[in-house]
Amino acid sequence: MSTPIYFQTAAELSDALASGSVTSRALTQAVIDRTSAVESSVGSYLHTDAEDALKQADASDERRAAGKALSPLDGIPLSLKDVICRKDHPLTAASRILKDFISPYSATVTEKLQAAGVVLWGRLNMDEFAMGSSTENSAFKSTANPWDLERIPGGSSGGSAASIAAGQTILTLGSDTGGSIRQPAALCGVVGMKPTYGLVSRYGLAAFASSLDQIGPFARTVEDAAMLLQLIVGHDPHDSTSFKTEIPDYREALKQEGPWTLGLPKEYFGEGLDPEVRAAVDSAVKFYESKGCSIKEITLPHTDLAVPVYYIIATAECSSNLARYDGIRYTHRTETAEDGIELYAQSRGEGFGEEVKRRVILGTYVLSSGYYDAYYLRAQKVRTLIRNDFMTAFEAVDAILTPTSPTVAFKKGERSSDPLAMYLSDIYTISTNLAGLPGISIPGGFNSDGLPIGLQLIGKPFQEAELLSVAHAFDSAHDYNRKTPNL
Amino acid sequence: MDIEYVAKLARISLTEEEKAKFAEQLGDVLENFERLNAVDVSGIEPTAHAFPVYNVWQEDVPESGFSPEEALKNAPAQRANQVVVPKVVDDA
Amino acid sequence: MAEYEPVIGLEVHVQLKTQSKMFTRAGYQYGEPPNLFTNPVIMGLPGALPVLNKEAIEQTVRVGLIFDSEIADVCKWDRKNYFYPDNPKNYQISQYDQPLCIGGEVEIELPGPSRNIMGAHRMVKLERAHLEEDVGKLTHGESDSLVDYNRAGVPLLEIVSKPDIFNTDEAVAFLNALRVALSNAGVSDCDMEKGQLRCDANVSIKPKGSDVLGTRTEMKNLNSVSNVKNAIEYEIKRQTEVLEGGGVVTQETRRWNVEGAYSVSLRGKEDAHDYRYFPDPDLMPVKVPTEVVERLKGKLPERPFDMQRRYMEELDLPYTVTSVVCLDGSLSQYFEKALASFNKPKQIANFVVNDLLRELSAAEGDGAMPLSQCKILPEDLAGLVKLIEEGVISNQIAKTEVFPVMFETGQAPSAIVEEKGLKQSTDTGEIEGICAEVIENNPKPVKQFKEGKEQAINALKGQVMKATRGKANPKLVDDILRKLLTS
Ligand SMILES: [Mg+2]
Ligand SMILES: [Zn+2]
Repeated sequence: MSTPIYFQTAAELSDALASGSVTSRALTQAVIDRTSAVESSVGSYLHTDAEDALKQADASDERRAAGKALSPLDGIPLSLKDVICRKDHPLTAASRILKDFISPYSATVTEKLQAAGVVLWGRLNMDEFAMGSSTENSAFKSTANPWDLERIPGGSSGGSAASIAAGQTILTLGSDTGGSIRQPAALCGVVGMKPTYGLVSRYGLAAFASSLDQIGPFARTVEDAAMLLQLIVGHDPHDSTSFKTEIPDYREALKQEGPWTLGLPKEYFGEGLDPEVRAAVDSAVKFYESKGCSIKEITLPHTDLAVPVYYIIATAECSSNLARYDGIRYTHRTETAEDGIELYAQSRGEGFGEEVKRRVILGTYVLSSGYYDAYYLRAQKVRTLIRNDFMTAFEAVDAILTPTSPTVAFKKGERSSDPLAMYLSDIYTISTNLAGLPGISIPGGFNSDGLPIGLQLIGKPFQEAELLSVAHAFDSAHDYNRKTPNL
Repeated sequence: MDIEYVAKLARISLTEEEKAKFAEQLGDVLENFERLNAVDVSGIEPTAHAFPVYNVWQEDVPESGFSPEEALKNAPAQRANQVVVPKVVDDA
Repeated sequence: MAEYEPVIGLEVHVQLKTQSKMFTRAGYQYGEPPNLFTNPVIMGLPGALPVLNKEAIEQTVRVGLIFDSEIADVCKWDRKNYFYPDNPKNYQISQYDQPLCIGGEVEIELPGPSRNIMGAHRMVKLERAHLEEDVGKLTHGESDSLVDYNRAGVPLLEIVSKPDIFNTDEAVAFLNALRVALSNAGVSDCDMEKGQLRCDANVSIKPKGSDVLGTRTEMKNLNSVSNVKNAIEYEIKRQTEVLEGGGVVTQETRRWNVEGAYSVSLRGKEDAHDYRYFPDPDLMPVKVPTEVVERLKGKLPERPFDMQRRYMEELDLPYTVTSVVCLDGSLSQYFEKALASFNKPKQIANFVVNDLLRELSAAEGDGAMPLSQCKILPEDLAGLVKLIEEGVISNQIAKTEVFPVMFETGQAPSAIVEEKGLKQSTDTGEIEGICAEVIENNPKPVKQFKEGKEQAINALKGQVMKATRGKANPKLVDDILRKLLTS
């Protein structure tokens, strides 16, 4: 039996569209139909507009027919995490406070994708304002892990990962502040990449923590991720933190075969790591060794401090970033406030969910008078130490190999009552954001219950081409990425 | 943590249950933060940006923006092309 | 009873005259319909990001150089967090602990013993000057308020003096000196009525001779020179009464009530805002390049009081004239242009200070006509003086017949003289005839002159001028009369 079209890779579909063996309309229609068929059990989407998607598909087919395809991905359906603006489309960030908001402008990445002819399909569920690791913090719905509907898909970009795993789209974008792309990719058995901070414009990405946020691609394979990354990178004059750097051809770079030197940070293999996840990393080590790579144990001594540093910096920044959601200009406004101060507090109290409130309160506290030096400033200094650990490690290795998440997907509700336990599950991903480095999660196998396990590779700043080629070497040699869940 | 004070500063109304719950949970989190105090950070520069670059600026050339209609499209209340808010005192 | 002396510090906010806003390229003009100058950044939409305005930074460096401030090696941008409906992001981007300009001093002139005698000068020390963004405008109605975001994001230069001002005259002189220097430098029009210059005053009093500063209070948003003066005077008196009554001054922020001419407490120290300043992660720090500082140094305008001293010494202009010309940037530029085309400073200054200013203030419209709308080119004003100096027309004809037409039409003076036939007569024969006639008809002054009363000749001259309708060259008339009277 041949693979259904909605489970094919973007690379395969790109060839099929180019040769005319499939049309964008047929592909888009297949994705729409598949979405309808499984959405009630998976729940990836907050908003879809089939008519709008088909219109884009038809325009793409016309371009293809005229020999004027805008990019290799012209005509391929892609969905956006509901935190990336698209003009005249809703943007909720999975929050009640933005329930009725229609964005009057587009993010830079959205414009880039449109300029490449990509068919923008639905808007994906997530943890409210990207705060969470399970997509249980969405104000509107919960998303299931397609491999086990009782389990969470990871988060915060849960919809971005689950929709690809479930065949509800071909490609997606997510955002990653502390692992929000890589962790759900790992738990849903797809590829998810967080680029170097500054490689992709943040303009039009509703901010969670400005110094950590980065938009990145989700795809079925590393090759697909490379093709999508190509479309969204580049300096943006609207984002002062966007970096001017030479952009290589990422797909072409996948042909590099190493051998590379890979580092295994000893701090990442301690207590709390699920033995089956550990076994998957071990077999990846064997694979790379068989390809002539050398493997080195390295040390990232400040790893255990990453969680407090991350939660101080991220909550402080979010407390300020989310101040704009105030019930004045465009967000939910309470109907009961008597005066200005009440209007703010009640609109925000009604509009924000519990986790957002908790983090805004925490962030407000760490910045408040008398605490700045003890918390925020100190955290920024320890952030320097964490960054230095990586820079030292990269003097000896080309990339770092780790598990993405200490465990496979957990059951819904299992950790939602204990925020600290939830925060600690980000342990392998947050350091990468603190150091600004690129990281990618790739399918690394399945556990005995058939749940996906993710491998994380961390690269040098702005060396995405090399990182992708290391990841591709494993990904293209295994068929984990071709397995699909039974829905 | 003085949860009343912080919630007021953050302009978020909390129920009594939320206040009690957050105070306890955030107490645990703050205790976890204590570990940072053991680190010697003397002489260490803070990292504000992963890759700091200086002088990221634009020339002073105006670009067109929103029409008043676009600007106020999502406003919960508007009149005369302006946002309506409850009467406030000047307390800037 | 102890005698008290006040200590005053001023914080002055000045709107810079840039084409676009401080952190985004939305335009701005004063007095336009509401919400015409917004974009995603100004409205504080999700995902919008700030980008610095280079020109605003250069203008601030110029101001720093004018006041001999140190230009910081590195300055950064911070968020000042507070909720208010005119503040779209609910944080203001400002500079907290690393401002662009550090220290410096402003020369002020105190009132002299009379209007035409120069007063004492002294230097007032500056603490710092930094850049930030303005807020929107609130209009208060019966039951609600309206918000217009046009002004939001306009570059504001905040100049903070040290507590180095010791009475209201000095405070007023400081504001005037700033106004002149900033408008001369072309960085702001400093029109207080349009809110382009706004002032907060910190006032304390201490026993005369004491080194210990008293508790200060802060007066917010004094938006005219007389408000500044009255509010400070009121506060000095209030604090003196408090201390003399055995009370203590409490640290607080007060609001000046213009109509009632009194101030009331807005909030005490315990309610002081907790602004939670922290570095804005969306903006990179600035290191003004040495070449830029050098380039700006090369183009600095002459300091107003330096110009005044030079005019008095080198051009021999009286104090009253220089205090009009030098303390108005556009007027001094106009004067310098005229002078460059015909070097008769006294005569040109006379026309500028008397005739030009009179016509400008008499022109129709509300308030005086700005010099920029004046039709007389400085070169033409110089041309008019030249016509007088060359004896082509008399001073009187110039003032009464030529200048008003120039002001009305902008015509060149020579064209007006030609058209109206105002050229003064140098026809010796004709003038001799008239002189002879006048001598014959006025025996009394003739007799007096011949008896040695020198001034008596003026009466005869007047008669000649009258007969020639002012067109006779006065020098020629004088020569001829003397010749005829002594022959
Ligand atoms: Mg201030
Ligand atoms: Zn200010």
